[in-house]
Amino acid sequence: MSKQAVFNVYRGSQEGGDFQEFTVPVEEGMVVLDAMHYVQGFLCPDLAVRWNCKAAKCGSCSAEINGKPGLMCKTRIDDLPIESPVSVQPIKSFPIIKDLVTDVSWNFEMNKKITPFTPDNEDVSSWRYYQEDVDRVQEFRKCIECFLCQDVCHVIRNHEQKPKFVGPRFMVRLASLEMHPMDRVDRLPFIKEEAGIGLCNITKCCTEVCPEDIHITDNAIIPLKERVVDEYYDPVVGLLRGIGILPKRNKKKP
Amino acid sequence: MTSYNTKYETHTHDVVVVGAGGAGLRAAIEASSQGLSVALVCKSLLGKAHTVMAEGGVAAAMANVDSADGWQTHFKDTMKGGKFLNNWRMAQLHAQEAPDRIRELERWGAVFDRTPDGRILQRPFGGHTYRRLCHVGDRTGLELIRTLQDKGVHSGIDVFMECTLTHLLKDGDRISGAFGYWRESGRFVIFNTKAVILATGGIGKAFKVTSNSWEYTADGHAMAYNIGAEMIDMEFIQFHPTGMVWPPGVKGILVTEAVRGEGGRLTNNKGERFMQNVDPERMELSTRDIVAKAINREVKEGRGSPHGGVFLDISYRGADYIKKKLPSMYHQFMELADVDITKGPMEVGPTTHYTMGGLRVDPESQQTNIPGLFAAGEVSAGMHGGNRLGGNSLSDLLVFGRRAGLGAAEFAKATQQFPSINDADVEKAIVEVSEPFERDKGESPYAVHRDLQDLMQNKVGIIRKEAELHEAVTELQALKERARVCSVEGSRQFNPGWHLALDLRSMLIASEAAARCALQRKESRGGHTREDFPEYDAHWSTVNSTIRKDGDAMAVSTSPLPEMPSELKQLFEEAK
Repeated sequence: MSKQAVFNVYRGSQEGGDFQEFTVPVEEGMVVLDAMHYVQGFLCPDLAVRWNCKAAKCGSCSAEINGKPGLMCKTRIDDLPIESPVSVQPIKSFPIIKDLVTDVSWNFEMNKKITPFTPDNEDVSSWRYYQEDVDRVQEFRKCIECFLCQDVCHVIRNHEQKPKFVGPRFMVRLASLEMHPMDRVDRLPFIKEEAGIGLCNITKCCTEVCPEDIHITDNAIIPLKERVVDEYYDPVVGLLRGIGILPKRNKKKP
Repeated sequence: MTSYNTKYETHTHDVVVVGAGGAGLRAAIEASSQGLSVALVCKSLLGKAHTVMAEGGVAAAMANVDSADGWQTHFKDTMKGGKFLNNWRMAQLHAQEAPDRIRELERWGAVFDRTPDGRILQRPFGGHTYRRLCHVGDRTGLELIRTLQDKGVHSGIDVFMECTLTHLLKDGDRISGAFGYWRESGRFVIFNTKAVILATGGIGKAFKVTSNSWEYTADGHAMAYNIGAEMIDMEFIQFHPTGMVWPPGVKGILVTEAVRGEGGRLTNNKGERFMQNVDPERMELSTRDIVAKAINREVKEGRGSPHGGVFLDISYRGADYIKKKLPSMYHQFMELADVDITKGPMEVGPTTHYTMGGLRVDPESQQTNIPGLFAAGEVSAGMHGGNRLGGNSLSDLLVFGRRAGLGAAEFAKATQQFPSINDADVEKAIVEVSEPFERDKGESPYAVHRDLQDLMQNKVGIIRKEAELHEAVTELQALKERARVCSVEGSRQFNPGWHLALDLRSMLIASEAAARCALQRKESRGGHTREDFPEYDAHWSTVNSTIRKDGDAMAVSTSPLPEMPSELKQLFEEAK
């Protein structure tokens, strides 16, 4: 008999639910999403699972596997201890819709609040910028919006601070815009106030869980925190501004 | 404007765009910029569409790296790659307009890899004479979709996420709206509109080994066919030469052509670079149809790799270079197959990738033969002829997405009153989508889908022959009947079994169209290879295959290929 694994899959909705056990034959190299597809195909056709590419490029199939947040399409079954049942449940920071599918619309609302890319001049044929100028921006733009960083963020998960903090995903987007060599908008007031960067206490959980290996804390959040501190809390700058030697801050670049 | 009754909700927009990949987003942005109210309806969350899986780049004759490049060369490459079955006007517009669409993306915030002098870098790709593909490592599609998404959400477009449309509605001969359901609740929804743009992608989920996601179920093809739209060239299906072949769970996942663009070498189990015998000039960067068939032959004749593919090796370029230019491929093989591509070869084989055929459209406006119904991207046909060049899809989405947006906007502006929705059509649609719940003991739609995938893979696949195609047409009738009486469990709330039961009907229409066109075309060309007719044929080089609904039957025929004007023909003469 071929190898088998038992999956305890959460089934339920807003009204509540429970884990249901499914036994799945295991092939070499199989991932958790394959197991969920087996369940749909042979055992439970109405199991709700959100997925698209099955190649870790779209960020749709986020779930918590044995309590650990990850992409189901990237979590290999041979890396799991299948001597005992494997639990699969929806990500916890967002309201459940059904089974493994959650309502992540809050993220799309946050995204809309960010002032989009606004270039210095519209004539792109004159633009010249270099690879080393955008290596960091490209790192941020690798984000596949799986929202696992939002799921594990303590500010969002434990402290119910969703209204006051946009979360790591959008700190990454803000950093990509702020560091774009051709962008001219100043988003620091937004980053400080509405985006709530001060609430992040740099525990780096977001960085650890990122399937794209974006160094969210070190490369995006900390530099943005430093910019906020330089702009708003540097006593020397404040004094020079106060007596009119430095101009009042009003834009990113002189 | 939105209204509700007990059965469904109704939304009213000047233009409704179906599908939020590159073509749909670009179309919605354009229609919205014309001052119209636009609904963008997509089956998934915004930003998850199949475009994110595009890897290698977007083709445009920017001439940033090779100054000799220009639209004429891009045009010629596209026609040659398409084996001259392309609609010449689409190929021309595409080559002429692609560079502007790239500059526009950059202006909207896309960050392409750079040349040493600070411009957009371009890489070589199969069938392109010059280095032409603007790219971001091997995640170009993600860059494109995120740029359009971020542009779109600030353009006043109303986005309907996780909403599937199943029926187009007409008022007389013209389009009047669309019917579908919210995936989350199963609640029905109607859009009343002056113009619809279909940007629903391809049909790849009808095949077993495919690089396509679950969304590729031919929805647009089927919805349009059902109200009388014409399809062409449905036999032309691109089998990408390089998909993963092992382990079983990842079979079919795309391995970007950029691996070959960056110098990757294909070898068989004897260590021979077999492309030497097939296309010694272009080698690994020959067109996809030719490379896929060459790989297929190596495997069939016993020169394949241990898991039924061939070897593709880029490791000689060094770990740093590979991780910089092909980071997704590095991670994909490392994490899913335990293969370090910086140290040794990967195993690859053909995978179903793209549908050249689709809805016949007007080259300028992208309108179908149904007034008010437009189509852009993979669901439309003509641009790529018998075989698409790598990189020409992303540029197609941008060029013709914009044109469809403009075309639909002009049509909507010229339409004074909203056309009316026919209640009887709505009632019929409700019955059709509810049916699977009415039956208790029917088969699971998953079982029918598995058999459809096996059938298409085995009998309408990379190499075809008369007897098998006949069998395929017959067996598809049986599958249609099984799909008609399959049943689903549970409620209408986020129910994938129900969704598949409905998607199956669309896949079956596209599959039948592919099989019937393949049976009709007695020659081999591009993405259509007949073992019994292995050569080009003079007659078949002058016609497109056509598909139309005729009562309950599918009518297959041909129509003459539009003739290229002499000034464009001249371009090919000069080359000789």
